Amino acid sequence: MINVITGKAWKFGNDVDTDQIIPSQYLLLPNVEEMKQYTFEPLDENFASTVCPGDIIVGGENFGSGSSREQAPLVLKALGISAVVAKSFARIFFRNAINIGLPVVICKEVYDAVEQNDTLEIDVLKGTIKNVTEDRNFTSTKLPAHVMNILEAGGLIGFLNKK
Amino acid sequence: MGMTMGEKILARASGKDLVKPGEIITAKVDLCMSNDGTTHLNIDIFENQLKAEKVFDPEKVIFIVDHNVPSESAKTAQVHKKMRIFAQKHDIPFYEGTGVCHQIMIEDFVVPGQLVIAADSHTCSYGGLGAFGTGVGCTDFTSVMHTGEIWLMVPETLKFEIEGSFKAGVYARDLILKIIGDIGANGANYRIMEFGGPAVKKFTVDDRVVLCNMAVEAGAKTGLVEPDQTAIDYVEARGRHDMNLFTSDEDAVYEKTYQYNLDELEPMIAIPHCVDDVVGVTQIGDVKIDQGFIGSCNNGRIEELRAAAQILQGKKIDPYVKLLISPASKAVFLEALAEGLIDIFVESGAMVLNPNCSVCWGSCQGVIGEGETLISTGTRNFKGRAGHPNSSVYLASAATVAASALTGKITDPRGFVV
Repeated sequence: MINVITGKAWKFGNDVDTDQIIPSQYLLLPNVEEMKQYTFEPLDENFASTVCPGDIIVGGENFGSGSSREQAPLVLKALGISAVVAKSFARIFFRNAINIGLPVVICKEVYDAVEQNDTLEIDVLKGTIKNVTEDRNFTSTKLPAHVMNILEAGGLIGFLNKK
Repeated sequence: MGMTMGEKILARASGKDLVKPGEIITAKVDLCMSNDGTTHLNIDIFENQLKAEKVFDPEKVIFIVDHNVPSESAKTAQVHKKMRIFAQKHDIPFYEGTGVCHQIMIEDFVVPGQLVIAADSHTCSYGGLGAFGTGVGCTDFTSVMHTGEIWLMVPETLKFEIEGSFKAGVYARDLILKIIGDIGANGANYRIMEFGGPAVKKFTVDDRVVLCNMAVEAGAKTGLVEPDQTAIDYVEARGRHDMNLFTSDEDAVYEKTYQYNLDELEPMIAIPHCVDDVVGVTQIGDVKIDQGFIGSCNNGRIEELRAAAQILQGKKIDPYVKLLISPASKAVFLEALAEGLIDIFVESGAMVLNPNCSVCWGSCQGVIGEGETLISTGTRNFKGRAGHPNSSVYLASAATVAASALTGKITDPRGFVV
């Protein structure tokens, strides 16, 4: 069961592509632990050193566009990011995030009502997001049952191993 | 109600007579491919998390080293070694340094009607042969490599009806840049882009691949062109005869239809840092360049090399500009050698590189420095894509890149071709 997620918001813009999340030159490092220090390097070189476990990424339209590199959601998860909320996601990033058990939440309205460092409370099952700092509530898109089952199993591998 | 060709491929792959957009299916995969961009992670998942022992079918799993080849570091060499050992152990086809993965798949494996899953976003290229290719990450890929199956949501289809014919100096590359500029980087998100109409029927397989390859840059799940005699001839010439020719029904339902006329198209440029920020070459103004690149899964095939050679023949590139050319595969390289194109490139001052992803992915060869500007036939112009975070990438056709390398600034190729 996925619990309600509470965390501090990191706000990014539209079309945040996977090259921004983790640039190509770090993808062939042996493992995600070595890669994660370069997360968002082109956009904010201090991100990886200042992000805290539990923090939430807030993106605009088309978050995670570009390459199929699973390293993108993997480095976010490795840094302790608890969820990504965006107006819309690029499809491969969306699938990859679900497959590694990183909750991805689609909500058009919350973006304009979030400032950097606001505290958000996300209930993935109910499809609700609360901006605790601003005391405002929003509705997010619920995931299809099949996708929710994968997320609840902690990702695709957990789901397959359970079968 | 009829089905689109994409729906028909997914219906066949899932053993159904009919599928509808929005439906979640479990499909059998005809081929799956992974390259050195992620395979080391796939192998870790396969061996340590899934604890799998066998791939589902060794003839249908392909490993290709194309992103950082030859390796530029000891760590990369280790990643390649890991792939090589796994491929040997499981007796699966393995390619290293033979070309860009999608070009190898098109030359050696794909046939019309297949469902192909690969751990690379440009897997949508296979639509050029009428096959449904789509990119996934390493967990999805590893699951496919193990089970031979994948869950997919049946997408809606957008139709692109193309008529007219290219003017001299204008190419399929310009058309797809124009389309992405019009519909936006998420204009086809989750959808199929089906390219058709009288102009596409006359396109070569190379040109069809150029269109389908960049479907993902508009967010699409895949790009497709209906297979016809041109596609059949291409695969049969390479010894593959077993295929399914799916075409869209007259009463198939499209979410939206777009019309384009090639007679009205000019050379197009995607400006930094998004693929959908596209302008005509006549609106580009004075943009000085430091480097040009011709190659990649989008635009490194023989037709693009011929277009570039036509412009470079007997001329010298600007002394302060580097031009890097990487044929998309060994087969393309050999064809270019036989036609004398490589001589033309080298004589002009260009550097000809081994077939690989090269400058397009900014990690291995021809990385650019702070404040530098690249004009490229690659797939993406994201911030920092070709090297330093503060560098710029413009996307254009091979002809535009060649003309620009001669003058040192972004240049309309139409003044150079007849």
